[in-house]
Amino acid sequence: MHADPAGVLTGTHFLDGDHACCEGALAAGARFSSGYPITPSTEVVERFAARVPTVGGTFIQMEDELAASITLQGAVWGGAKAFTVTSGPGFSLMMEHIGYAAMTETPCVFVDVQRGGPSTGLPTLPAQQDMMQVRWGSHGDYEIIALCPNSPQECFDLTITAFNYSEKYRCPVFVMMDEVVGHMTEKVVIPVPEDIEIEPRRYTTLPPEEFLAYKPGADLVPDMPHVGAGYNVHVTGLTHDERGYPDMRPAVQDVLVRRLVEKITKNVDKITLFEADQIEGAEVVVVSYGITSRVAQKAIDMAREKGIKVGKFRLITAWPFPEKQIAEIASKVKGIVVAEMNLGQMVREVERAAAGQAVVRLVGHAGGSVHKPEDILKAIMEVAR
Amino acid sequence: MSEATVTIHNPVEEFLRMDRIPHIWCPGCGIGTSVNSFAHALTDANIDRKNLAIVSGIGCTGRVAGYVNLDSFHTTHGRAIPFATGLKLANPKLNVVVYSGDGDLFAIGGNHLIHAARRNIDLKVVCINNLVFAMTGGQTAPTTPGAVITSTNPYGTYDPSFNLPYLVEAAGAVYVARWTAFHVKQLARSMEEMFAKKGFSFIEVLSPCPTLYQRRNKMGDGLDTMKFYKQVSKVRNGAPTSEVALTKSGEIVVGKFVDRERGDYGNLMHDSLVDALGEDYVETEACSCQ
Repeated sequence: MHADPAGVLTGTHFLDGDHACCEGALAAGARFSSGYPITPSTEVVERFAARVPTVGGTFIQMEDELAASITLQGAVWGGAKAFTVTSGPGFSLMMEHIGYAAMTETPCVFVDVQRGGPSTGLPTLPAQQDMMQVRWGSHGDYEIIALCPNSPQECFDLTITAFNYSEKYRCPVFVMMDEVVGHMTEKVVIPVPEDIEIEPRRYTTLPPEEFLAYKPGADLVPDMPHVGAGYNVHVTGLTHDERGYPDMRPAVQDVLVRRLVEKITKNVDKITLFEADQIEGAEVVVVSYGITSRVAQKAIDMAREKGIKVGKFRLITAWPFPEKQIAEIASKVKGIVVAEMNLGQMVREVERAAAGQAVVRLVGHAGGSVHKPEDILKAIMEVAR
Repeated sequence: MSEATVTIHNPVEEFLRMDRIPHIWCPGCGIGTSVNSFAHALTDANIDRKNLAIVSGIGCTGRVAGYVNLDSFHTTHGRAIPFATGLKLANPKLNVVVYSGDGDLFAIGGNHLIHAARRNIDLKVVCINNLVFAMTGGQTAPTTPGAVITSTNPYGTYDPSFNLPYLVEAAGAVYVARWTAFHVKQLARSMEEMFAKKGFSFIEVLSPCPTLYQRRNKMGDGLDTMKFYKQVSKVRNGAPTSEVALTKSGEIVVGKFVDRERGDYGNLMHDSLVDALGEDYVETEACSCQ
């Protein structure tokens, strides 16, 4: 299905990442957002609040992030595509409802424009410190999808991807921006609606008497009912059976929770997105994501000028983690340099996937500014030696 | 002599998910009684059940959503109101009821409740007040009166408690009433009135928790509590909500306290955007998700 032209601002624009993200949400069909202001993410919903009344939708300013993160889920069941936007401290408050979205299979999108933490930390300065929180932040076993744009253009493109994935897999999907990507202004090309593919909501075609709300299809994802159409659906965060009824038996828990995990893990090849460059024949591969990938590019160019064979692997989906690809790289190179704006988060996944086949070197950063390319270059040279 | 066939039929059966009965509520609990009044209100007021959604939080009353045969949402602790807010705004044609307990709505969910009342979101809120956190074993709640025994105040409570109608009126509700589980007819009538209102409406239903509140305080069982409610309740429609605070054994003022008009959130939003945007404003259509 193609995008609804009403939400698509076709043309060539000069936008910051936050505004581009908002345009991506509108193009994807988002017509509801509930928010709570927090730097450096607020511009996304400020623009949405201005734009959405002209395309048939609602923005509501909530009393806190707990409310924002569940109000949007009410809106999803009411028939809207919905999202919220936050940064570290607000993201911490939203964890409760990330679990609820995972358990109730509510398709929704969370945008986290990352800033330095812990706690209030660096409100106006960048970091990539929520990468493990997004994966493991709510209690219990579940899988999510997280995307990492490295430019305003990708803030637009990947926000659409996030909505599409959330509808296809019925799980919360995260756009993990950072303050720099959110606030940098670049050219953003918004295509014509016919060139924007949209994943429609998977509404059931069964009549109410034959419909089971949590009976999965072949891809392990159940179809959704329309609310207000006589399905009398029951949605609960409790462990539930295929009817959606609470059932506390361990066997029911096992079937449900395994399915919530496997609907992502078994579709990992369809979900995984990455950018790879000159991996073939590389001695060293630099793994990075978000704004750090653009600093790493500078370091890679400098290393190549020195004659070092350096490949680039950029995570676009941080979660599910591209384990297979990293394992294959590790089997062929001397070492992997991981540059990220934290003191070591995704590097743990790289180490796990590399499984000792190659040296893994972290170039960490506590946040507040981007890396110096020279620091990444130094690590490349040491690993290549 | 002809043989009469007697069919036992629960008159509100079609309203319930009979495949989930028996319910989890204790003998003497008032939650089921209130659901019965709710079912009668829906029938008597001729409410279109297809367009009715019910949202509960967590706790004993939170389980109501699971037993009624409606589109129903059992959400997280305290967040029934914000969930219902999203549901209503995305699909304004839905009639949205929030059915939850005092702990859920006024402790963990207190902030959401006062803000929803301030916005005057068109939600019908039924709060079953059993004076404790019951599901978890009878801990002190923001509604627990002074000088009673709870599992976390084994020597007696000293936390001052909320007067729910007073709080909700101050926050902006357009309809506020209180009944007890003894007042089943009056409660059903109040619920009917609530359905006729547009805006944030609130009914407090005082309910026994014989297992965790009455027993610990030597107040007898469910039946004794009904007698107590009958004896100490006084109907005072229009009573100033500042005067209706509950105590352990004092008078229970019941009735309709507030019934007023105030623009609801949907209308305020609509009028403001029409003013500002004119023909550029596009109203939200229900259920048109791509």
